[in-house]
Amino acid sequence: MIRVSVQAEDFDTGAEVARLASGGDSVGAVVSFSGVVRGESGGEKLLALQLEHYPGMTERELSRIAAEATARWQLSAVTIIHRVGVLRPKDQIVLVVTASAHRQAAFDGCAFVMDYLKTQAPFWKKETRSSGEYWIEARSSDDEAAARWDAV
Amino acid sequence: MRLLYFAWLRQHVGVSEETVDCPASVETVTQLVQWLAGRGPGYARAFEHPARVRCAVNQTHARPDARVTDADEVAFFPPVTGG
Repeated sequence: MIRVSVQAEDFDTGAEVARLASGGDSVGAVVSFSGVVRGESGGEKLLALQLEHYPGMTERELSRIAAEATARWQLSAVTIIHRVGVLRPKDQIVLVVTASAHRQAAFDGCAFVMDYLKTQAPFWKKETRSSGEYWIEARSSDDEAAARWDAV
Repeated sequence: MRLLYFAWLRQHVGVSEETVDCPASVETVTQLVQWLAGRGPGYARAFEHPARVRCAVNQTHARPDARVTDADEVAFFPPVTGG
């Protein structure tokens, strides 16, 4: 089962993990990844992080990535929640939860979803620091992280 | 053709979306970028470095040689930075 949500509101990681853990007799492993806003960037204190997205395409891309992970690792469930709007340091940004019969599929499926989310899902971050506002540049290390799944 | 702009492309162009009638000679994403870059200083700045611009046609990632038509929704944006 795939659940995708793009929302301004915060989310409850414990509740999302518990929901997938109680998902059926075949579930033996649940893995979650949470992304949070760092308190500094470029040697400066980060004041705020603004997340913009492409409504419609974002949900499509997240659903496509979740479906690909589900098929590739026979996951029983994938949940992706991504926040948009203005966030502050220590706020949660993103949650990915995967459930499967055994741990390796859940670990790999979760990592795959995050790596592809970071290179394919249409979100953009703008930082507010004391010296001004900055659009975050994409990192080549994220492309490399996503590309490693092509060889597996 | 419906055009959408995100992040710093939106800031340079000055609007988040618009509907345009482009010339019949515009058949691909690359040709659309070249035409848009000539529409004014903001557009020229947004599309100054085409390698830094990504495109989606009808909400699916598209390459520079992808075909575009008047009925399409075409979005331009920087490489994504979510997660």
